[in-house]
Amino acid sequence: METTKVIEVEGLVKKFGSFVANDHLTFDVYKGEIFGFLGANGAGKTTAIRILCGLSRPTAGKVMVAGIDAARQPEEIKKRIGYMSQRFSLYEDLTVTENIELYGGIYGMTMKEIRPRIAELLDRLDFTGHADTLIGSLPLGLRQKLAFAVAVFHNPGIVFLDEPTSGVDPITRRQFWEMIYETAAAGITIFVTTHYMDEAEYCDRVTIMNEGRIVALDTPSALRKQYGTSSVEELFVKITRPQRERI
Amino acid sequence: MRKLLFLLKKEFRQIKRNPFLSRAIIAVPLLQMLVLVPAVTFEIKHIDLAVTDNDHSPSSRELITRLGGSSFFRVTATPADYSQANDLLLSGKADMVLVIPDDFSEGLAGAAIPRLQVLVDAVNATTAQLGWSYLTSVVRDYNRDVIISSGVAPSVIPGINVSPRFWYNPTLNYKYYMLPGILVILITAIGLMMCGLNLVREKEIGTIEQINVTPVMKWELISSKVIPFFIISLFDLALGLSAGWLVFNIPFEGSLLLFFACSAIFLVAVLGLALFFSTLASTQQQFLFVAFFFVMIFILMSGIFTPVESMPLWAQQFNWVNPVAYLMRINRMVMLKGSGFNDIAMDMGMLSLLAIAFIVMAIRAYRKRA
Repeated sequence: METTKVIEVEGLVKKFGSFVANDHLTFDVYKGEIFGFLGANGAGKTTAIRILCGLSRPTAGKVMVAGIDAARQPEEIKKRIGYMSQRFSLYEDLTVTENIELYGGIYGMTMKEIRPRIAELLDRLDFTGHADTLIGSLPLGLRQKLAFAVAVFHNPGIVFLDEPTSGVDPITRRQFWEMIYETAAAGITIFVTTHYMDEAEYCDRVTIMNEGRIVALDTPSALRKQYGTSSVEELFVKITRPQRERI
Repeated sequence: MRKLLFLLKKEFRQIKRNPFLSRAIIAVPLLQMLVLVPAVTFEIKHIDLAVTDNDHSPSSRELITRLGGSSFFRVTATPADYSQANDLLLSGKADMVLVIPDDFSEGLAGAAIPRLQVLVDAVNATTAQLGWSYLTSVVRDYNRDVIISSGVAPSVIPGINVSPRFWYNPTLNYKYYMLPGILVILITAIGLMMCGLNLVREKEIGTIEQINVTPVMKWELISSKVIPFFIISLFDLALGLSAGWLVFNIPFEGSLLLFFACSAIFLVAVLGLALFFSTLASTQQQFLFVAFFFVMIFILMSGIFTPVESMPLWAQQFNWVNPVAYLMRINRMVMLKGSGFNDIAMDMGMLSLLAIAFIVMAIRAYRKRA
């Protein structure tokens, strides 16, 4: 594993009025790793990922993505990253090919560069028969796989995946994670949020968030050892429950 | 720039694939022209006239025949007395009641000054006044003929003979007056609604977030929303104008190029406004509510139905920022009077300023991040 930091976050705070969505987050992400962000719904994962992508302004703290300050130059960051949100992001009334063309184009690729890569991508995904299918008529699992492929189509240094597998069947989830591994192997850093605890085991390092704060951050095996649990799921319950009871 | 081309390709593909939109683009201008132009008119025909004839003389019958013979009146009832006449007005079966007193013919013969009474349903002030003036003109002609038949030479009757000549619309055809205005409404409605709803819809579905996380610039995104609807609206304008020309034989005195140039400037203003509203709205309902509110104010204050000059001063001042008011005036001047660039330069200039202002507002209001 290389140790170049591609994301540096120090003391990140995001407030919505008096509600603190992110409370002094501090972490680094290294080049080429699969970095998992775990937490219950409402723990502040999406807020953090939106700030890292330049979609939301941090209230305080230092956020550097690909060496660029997210508070000052969000547009510079956007050139260097890929993003796939939990809300469905492809255009349902465009075909598979048209969607890929569009996103390739807005990241500055030419049709000459796009065309051969589309053919190659469809072949790799076993999508060849679906080239001219409208996204709206594809099943959810296929759409999510395609959305991921589109998010990394322009070869970004980092790709952010916000709950990419929510609502997808187990088999497609496995295939999805295979795609994530392939992408990481190609040197693209993966930043992924999820609330499926089994997925945490697939990550190089995981961060567990609870009520806006980071409560644990390490490799899955180190965390299991530290808390004496047999799975990340058990660990998650152990870490987050005492705080819930406190409320 | 190349990114904009990709975005435009996407918009056109989506529009083409939307069966409702592609039908509306053809149907709306044709329907508006064929339905609204003949329907919206101030011309008053066939006023329902009830006559209470208490005189029953050849003179009173002659007057009634003349009224019924004019194209303005239909003698629909002959109430026997005042209370019956009143009922007819109340129930709306008559718009006007003419009461001929029993001494009418004696009066004409010289016994007294002959009198007539007219009761008018004035709920609609315009109809009442027009009906009244039509009736007085028929009575005046009748009066004149009575005098002539009594042996006085026409040249002896004093009076000034005024002969009007109606310029730019010699036959006082209301269709000619309304059609240029309806073309303005057409492109306002098409452009504003289609364009504004398009952007808010992307917000609702969530696709806009995916665009916001790409390096697309704000001006590129706004342009990709303006250009398709700009082209569609100009196409619809051409369609509406052709329909007006083929069906109503509307004259076109001025320069077609100037006409389309002004509409193009106007469209930039309207589409800028649409995107400004849709940037602020988060749902299609919100957008529709705001857009409908402003469009109604813009259209009613633009002078389409009532002359701007007779509006209160504050309303006239409001029209400085009302794009519809400028194009309303320009269209009528160019189409009916054949006004040239110099005649409308001031309006064109103001419209251009508004266009720039609204587009800048839309680009500035658009946020790629919260």
